[in-house]
Amino acid sequence: MPNSTKKIEISNLTVKYGQVAAIKGISFDIYKNEIIGIIGPAQSGKSTLLKVINRTIEFVPGVAVGGTVKIDGEDTQKVKSVHELRRKIGMVFPLPVGLPLSIYDNVAFAPRMAGTRNKAQLDELVERCLRQAALWDEVKDRLDSLGTKLSGGQQQRLTIARALSHEPEILCLDEFSIAVDPVTTMRIEDVLKELRFQVTIILVTNLVQQARRLANRTAFLFNGDLIEIDRTDVIFSENPTDKRTYDYVNGIFG
Amino acid sequence: MFIETPLVQKKKRTEAAAKIVFMLMTILMILPLLLILAYLLYKAFPILSLDFFITNPKNGMRAGGIWAPFLGTMYLVVISLLISAPIGVLAAVYLNEYAGDNWFTRIINLAVVNLAGVPSIVHALFGLGAFVLFAGMGRSILAASLTLAIMTLPVIIASTKESLAAVPRAFREACWNVGATRWQTIRHIVLPNSISGILTGVILQVSRTAGETAPVMFTGVVFFKKISEGDIFAYNLFDQCMALSMHLFTISTQVPDVPKALPYGTAVVLLGTVLLVNALSITLRVYLRARKKW
Amino acid sequence: MANQRRLGNLSEPIIEGLIRLCGISAILFVIGIFFFVFREGSGFLFSKLNLKEFLTSIEWYPDSPSNKRYGVLALMAGTASVTVLAMMIAVPFGLGAAIFISEFCSRRARETFKIVIELLAAIPSVVWGFIGLTVMNPIIIDLFKAPIGLNVLNGGIILALMSVPIIVSIGEDALKAVPDSYREASLALGATRWQMIYRVLLPAAKNGLLAAALLGVGRGIGETIAVLMATGHAVQIPHSILDPVRTLTATIAAELGETPVRSDHYQVLFIIGILLFSITFVVNLVADLVVKGIRGK
Repeated sequence: MPNSTKKIEISNLTVKYGQVAAIKGISFDIYKNEIIGIIGPAQSGKSTLLKVINRTIEFVPGVAVGGTVKIDGEDTQKVKSVHELRRKIGMVFPLPVGLPLSIYDNVAFAPRMAGTRNKAQLDELVERCLRQAALWDEVKDRLDSLGTKLSGGQQQRLTIARALSHEPEILCLDEFSIAVDPVTTMRIEDVLKELRFQVTIILVTNLVQQARRLANRTAFLFNGDLIEIDRTDVIFSENPTDKRTYDYVNGIFG
Repeated sequence: MFIETPLVQKKKRTEAAAKIVFMLMTILMILPLLLILAYLLYKAFPILSLDFFITNPKNGMRAGGIWAPFLGTMYLVVISLLISAPIGVLAAVYLNEYAGDNWFTRIINLAVVNLAGVPSIVHALFGLGAFVLFAGMGRSILAASLTLAIMTLPVIIASTKESLAAVPRAFREACWNVGATRWQTIRHIVLPNSISGILTGVILQVSRTAGETAPVMFTGVVFFKKISEGDIFAYNLFDQCMALSMHLFTISTQVPDVPKALPYGTAVVLLGTVLLVNALSITLRVYLRARKKW
Repeated sequence: MANQRRLGNLSEPIIEGLIRLCGISAILFVIGIFFFVFREGSGFLFSKLNLKEFLTSIEWYPDSPSNKRYGVLALMAGTASVTVLAMMIAVPFGLGAAIFISEFCSRRARETFKIVIELLAAIPSVVWGFIGLTVMNPIIIDLFKAPIGLNVLNGGIILALMSVPIIVSIGEDALKAVPDSYREASLALGATRWQMIYRVLLPAAKNGLLAAALLGVGRGIGETIAVLMATGHAVQIPHSILDPVRTLTATIAAELGETPVRSDHYQVLFIIGILLFSITFVVNLVADLVVKGIRGK
């Protein structure tokens, strides 16, 4: 199960949007092949953290990032190709985005951009990713139809398939279940339990029970500060280190 | 039950009056124009035939057709758009996809707005000073097309920017997240999904370019030039040419004793071309809007 | 495959450089326009031109063999008279039509009107000039018992008709930008549609409507071939709207063809060009600031 190799090392990370501090100097490590749950109320910096990890934060105007994020020991600010970095990381955001392409092309997009042209290779990859995202059976007969015309839940699974299509080592999910019905949520959670053997998973969620079901460890972010990070059973026990953690996971505030 | 008080009745009357006044204003603008257009067509009708299109003006422009000016206009439109469309589209891509929110971008936007407001005769002076004299192109189709191209540029930039902005930002983010570069994102997602709007904007410029007179009158268009009839390659880039707009100006103001039907015929052909292209672009827009992909 | 990728890596900076270059081209062209027009006129501007006389004299005799005089006051008066008259017609009608189209029409009628307006905007200025010359002018002479010939009224009406589409479409945009909640709130309070327009909509959209009018003015000042064909050729300060005048733009268009390159007269025409460029630059700048004003709020 989770081993002790450090996959991501975050140290003293700060993020400011203009004058507003979104992350106020947090440090923690994420181990290889673990599922780490990140919980916390809205505006606590969870989504910002994910954008820093794959450096899409750079597309936000007026943003200032301090501190370092290392992946496999390499500083993300100093990588040779930011696109190689982003391909290492699969991202799934709360609102599903099907690209205005066919279902097939949605999944084949990333490998094509990375230079894969081989049709057989792409076919194989598209099928594997769609199966992993529990979408294959529903769409296998209409891979040519538009990804944007799928239902919300299907589009979210398409997004997950796309996030897997570039064979990432890290998979980040940001409140993926917002746009998905409970049955699909359970199916995706099963998928994640399978995937943890291949990839490291960062699961940002505001459903604390989801973190409890899936995560090996859980971090509690609040207002841009890291309040506590520990084994999930400790965070959800009767006596986590910080009182606010107990209050939050038990619905006393949030 | 509800009974109308005098106040309510008065209110209702004002409202009805307001509506009628505004409607009359709108109709007063549009109706005379339609009548005028019908009148032009009526006066031009006797001369409109295939011959009118494929014969050169003759007898000091008092007879014959419009072949040389018609072909000249086509050359000017096509060449100027070949220059302005790529520059304009790429400029809009820069402004919408690359430029940050800073003073430099604001200056570019301001320049675009002002370029759009430069009077056409000033464009003519610029074309004369820069292309004809300074660059040594002489009065030529090339110099005139370049002048027209710079004139149409801001409009192409504005319409392209609008089409690009209509593509949701979430699509771009999704592409960046899977490791696509900025240009890959633009090339594979943004442009394919805005190309219809961009094309509509460019086609619309055909009509504007075809009708312009002032910018070309000192940069490449002449009163009269004889070319071989029916040969669509009759002009070359460094020739001077005739143009429909200039031809209409000439035969209606500069040449005495022109038979009435000639200028009317020329006006109708120019107007018909312009309106046809416009109608085409509007139809295209309506059709494409109906089959949006999201 | 590896080859393709290397090529991709190389072509990306090239295409991005090209995009950036095109992006700044607008600035280069504006500067270029000013530079080249200035360059052609500068010799005369800095040596012989008496700026005071240029701007305040009504004597425009560029071809006089003995005593050439270059005063553009009458030409400016020509431009001003035609533009002001055109705006007096076009602004109320244009804004009225904008209000009608945006507030009183059904969705379907609105789309139809907008297409008609768009088509009107496409009519070339030389065709407008021709209409002024052959259709409008005889009607005006008949109606007002005016002396034979072209006049301010004719040019003003033509210019008004040309400016209306711009004013309507920008005015309509400005009205559309007012949130529907304003309309609903005032109608819910029992205001009639007219009261809502007069008390709520017009104040809220006032900057956009002002900008629409300003852009109409800019177009009016810059219009060349239509006024050349429709307003006559007399260089004078008009005393009535039935007098003929000559505008700044029409003067350049009419005279540049016959002046030798780099002659005094030629250079003065370029100086008029600089003047026109500056005037429209200011008008457009103000219109732009006014529009920004709405967004800032």
